[in-house]
Order: sequence, then structure tokens, then C-alpha cells
Amino acid sequence: MTDNVPSASRGLLARNKWLLLRRASQLGFLALFLAGPLTGIWIVKGTLASSLTLGVLPLTDPYMLLQSVFAANLPATTALVGAAILLATYALIGGRVYCSWVCPINIVTDASHWLSSRFDIPKGWQPKRSLRHWILGMTLAASAVTGAIVWELVNPITLLYRGVLYGVGLAWAVVLAVFLFDLFVSRRGWCGHLCPVGAFYGLVGRFALLRVNAASRAACDDCMDCYAVCPEPHVITPALKGAEKGHGSVILSSDCSNCGRCIDVCDRKVFEFSSRFAQATERSPQPHRKAA
Amino acid sequence: MAATDPDKALPRVKDRRRFLAGIARTACGVGIAGLLLGLLARQGGARPAWAIRPPGAGEEADFAGACVRCGLCVRDCPYNTLRLAELGTPVATGTPYFVARDIPCEMCEDIPCVVACPTGALDHGLTEIEKARMGVAVLVGQEDCLNYLGLRCDVCYRVCPLIDKAIKLEKQHNMRTGAHALFIPTVNSEQCTGCGKCEKSCVLEKAAIRVLPTELAKGELGAHYRLGWEEREKHGGPLLPDIIDLPDRMPGVAQ
Repeated sequence: MTDNVPSASRGLLARNKWLLLRRASQLGFLALFLAGPLTGIWIVKGTLASSLTLGVLPLTDPYMLLQSVFAANLPATTALVGAAILLATYALIGGRVYCSWVCPINIVTDASHWLSSRFDIPKGWQPKRSLRHWILGMTLAASAVTGAIVWELVNPITLLYRGVLYGVGLAWAVVLAVFLFDLFVSRRGWCGHLCPVGAFYGLVGRFALLRVNAASRAACDDCMDCYAVCPEPHVITPALKGAEKGHGSVILSSDCSNCGRCIDVCDRKVFEFSSRFAQATERSPQPHRKAA
Repeated sequence: MAATDPDKALPRVKDRRRFLAGIARTACGVGIAGLLLGLLARQGGARPAWAIRPPGAGEEADFAGACVRCGLCVRDCPYNTLRLAELGTPVATGTPYFVARDIPCEMCEDIPCVVACPTGALDHGLTEIEKARMGVAVLVGQEDCLNYLGLRCDVCYRVCPLIDKAIKLEKQHNMRTGAHALFIPTVNSEQCTGCGKCEKSCVLEKAAIRVLPTELAKGELGAHYRLGWEEREKHGGPLLPDIIDLPDRMPGVAQ
């Protein structure tokens, strides 16, 4: 994809810095949970649903707890404190940081996307982005009606974690289904259109401080690499191309998962992580476009 | 509305139609998915009788809404009694349970599984393990129970953590020999915690005594029933004083 001239100027590591960091983070979280059962050194107990770190720090998935509340259940203090800590964290650093830096399914769907673009498999079904919010609402309504935490019955994230940590059962089949769904039915479909966990964290991180900033957007040469690599490409346009319309250069959409792939692939070094209040370093627009 | 100008009105109507159709399509699709999830949730509520919940778990329906399936209770169980239901087994996926015949509950005094539960799905109000009600032991296999056959096995009675309270041996006449006693293991459901140690240690190939969910194991009197002898005791004497004692009619005796 990146056959543009300057790519040779940056090494493979530099071009995949954030991707590698993300993979390390995703696997690192799994390793933290796995260390206990495998080696007997208990750092984190539990799963992503609810955990206890070093015997003192409780963390509970706020979306799971919200379903529990809709199921007419009043959670105990530990769970409430754990959910509050996570809510505050994600509200600060960006809700969908969960999707790109913690969630193990992201590795699965990214692999699917890599294959799908590699073999040029048709995009398939592309429903509206808002579908995931409908699904989010549906899970809460279904929890209220049935009195059970319904998304836990099918949630591939916790199924995968529980499978790895407590015994796999048929959990692998659900993960495989997500992989194949993304590959053949709907490219980027699961994380981008369906998953209510991502939708929930997107809403949580609506006003997050940590954002991607198209700070040097004036240097953009329209190579489209960032659009090709971004799992939610619609978030880029206002920040990258909105200078004339008065849009700031910070990507403010809550759909952005702060994955940093755009920072990686951009040879013009347009993007960087910054606070949501940052400004573009509006250099005078330079004629960076390739000579026709 | 600019109804007078059909050129302008028509696209607007079309847009509105497309918009409403889009909403309807999404709502229906998501509704069907919700229905399936709801049915799955209902189905998951049907717990098999051999799967026993940890101490402090409430009614099955409440448990499904309170347990986040994190497995912290499993981790803190010192005897590896508890496990999380794997996907594809008959127990609601991810929920903790144990099988008494495999590893029973050892009834830890500090109840670490309940302490570990972050959500209170295992009731933190349970602080004395003797008050746990995981189920009730029932001697379902009477025809094969060695004590029923007139032998002195007594193992379920001996291993019971609440010996002589939750399980007693009640003497009956042995009609087969005519000369011996049967020592019948008898469970008192008000004392039994459902820990399953009796089921685990039953010496038969398949346990004659088993822990069942309480609602399966117990009958219930009608609310209007009064047991005469209990009422009499409560009252401290016959409820009707001076009851008329009619003469008994004896056969063959002229009145």
C-alpha cells in the first residue's frame, strides 16, 4: 500500500511503532491475567469483566455492570468502585482505547482485515455506524426484560478471556465466527459496526483528553494511506481536511480508538498524539503534493 | 409544506420514506437479535440439577443478573471446587458452579469465594458457612443404599460436617431378618448446607445420596395447613376445652 517515495526513509520499526506497542499492550494484559494460573504469581485475578490487581485494586467493566443494573440488581461496593475507576480512566484517555489497546478481539479482527485487503475480498455488508448504538440499547433493554446480563452470553471478548484462563469450551468457535464474519460478511464489521462494548466505551470517551491530532495537516500530500489503514476512516476527514471549514486539527470523534495507525503510516508525519485542546501547527501550506 | 411545488415536495417525501424505512430495518434487525439473545438468556436460566452454585448464590434468576462471570470466586476457592461453565455446556456460560461428586464444597469458615465476589452475586451477608443453602442432600437411591439394605455403611453420616444435625441415623426395624435394625440416613433440610460431602463419599458406583436444588428436593405444605399436635403444643393444651367425648360405639353391643 505504501509505495510512495518517502517510505524508504523510515524503517519498518518506525512505520509500525504504535502497532507494535498496541500488540504488546493487548498481549501484555492477557499475560498479566495468565501469569497467575500458569506460574502461580498472582498479579491480576479474574477476567476483563471484573478483576483484582495485587489484591487491592478492583476493576469492573462498567458496561457489564450497567447491564446488571438494568437487570434490576444492585451491585456491591467493590464492583461499583471498580467500575468508577475504569470509567474515570477511559473518560480521560479515550474510551475506545479499550478497543485498540486492551481488547483481544482487536487482534482477531485486525488479522481478518489484513487478509481481506491482502486478497482483495469484497467489503461486503457495510451497515451504518450507528447500528452499534442500537445494539447497545438492545442489550440494555433485553437485560431489563430477562433479568440477565445478556451480552455476556455471546460477548467474544470475555468468552476469549475466560476460554484462555478457565477452560475453552466452545469459545474458540465464537472467536472464529467473528474472524470469518469480518473476512467474508462485513469488512471491519464487528468492531466498527456491531460490538456494543466498543459503542459503550466510545460514548464514555466522548470528551477524552487524549486524542490524535493532525497537527501538520498542511503537509498532507493526499496519499490516502491513513484512510486505508484507519478502522474508522470517517473520523479523519474533519481534522485532516477541515482547515478551510474552520475545523480544528484534533480528531474529536468518539469513534476514534486512538490506535495510532495513522501516525504510523503517514510519511509526512502529519499525525501525533496530543490533548484535545491542541492546535494545528499551521505551517504555511507548502506545495508538498507530488509533481504531476 | 410546499405541497404546491411537486418538484420540491417529491424528493423530500422520498427522503423521509427512505429515512423511516432505514430506521424500521435497523429496529427490526436489532429487535430480532435481541429476541434471540433474550431466549438464550431464558434458556441459560435452566440450570441442570447436578450443577450446584457456590455458597451465597441467590435464586437462579437473580444470579444471572448479578454475576459478571469474572471467576474471582473460582480463583479464591482453596480446594478447586468451583469452576466456570464453559461455552457449550448446559450451565449458563461463564457462571460458577461445582459438581459434588467430583469435588464437594469443604465449607471454609472464612468463605473465601463469597468474600472474593465483587458484585455481591454471592451474598456478602453470608458470614457463617453453616447458614449456606447450596441445595439439599436427598437419599434418592434407597434401593441400593447399603444402610437401607441393613448394612452399616454410615459413610455419608460420618463425613457430614454437621453430623447428627444435617444427617441423622434413624433406627427402623429390619423386616427382612426380623431381628436387626436398619440405620436410615435421614437429612434435615433445615440444617443441610448442600455442601455435597455425603454425595462425594457415597461408596456406591453411583451415589445414592445426592445434593439437589432446594426447589427440586422439597415439598411444601399448603399455607392453610395446621398440624394439630403443633398447634396444641403452641397453645399449651387442647384448643377446644371441654370437648364432648362421645361414647365409642362398639360392634355387637346394643346401645
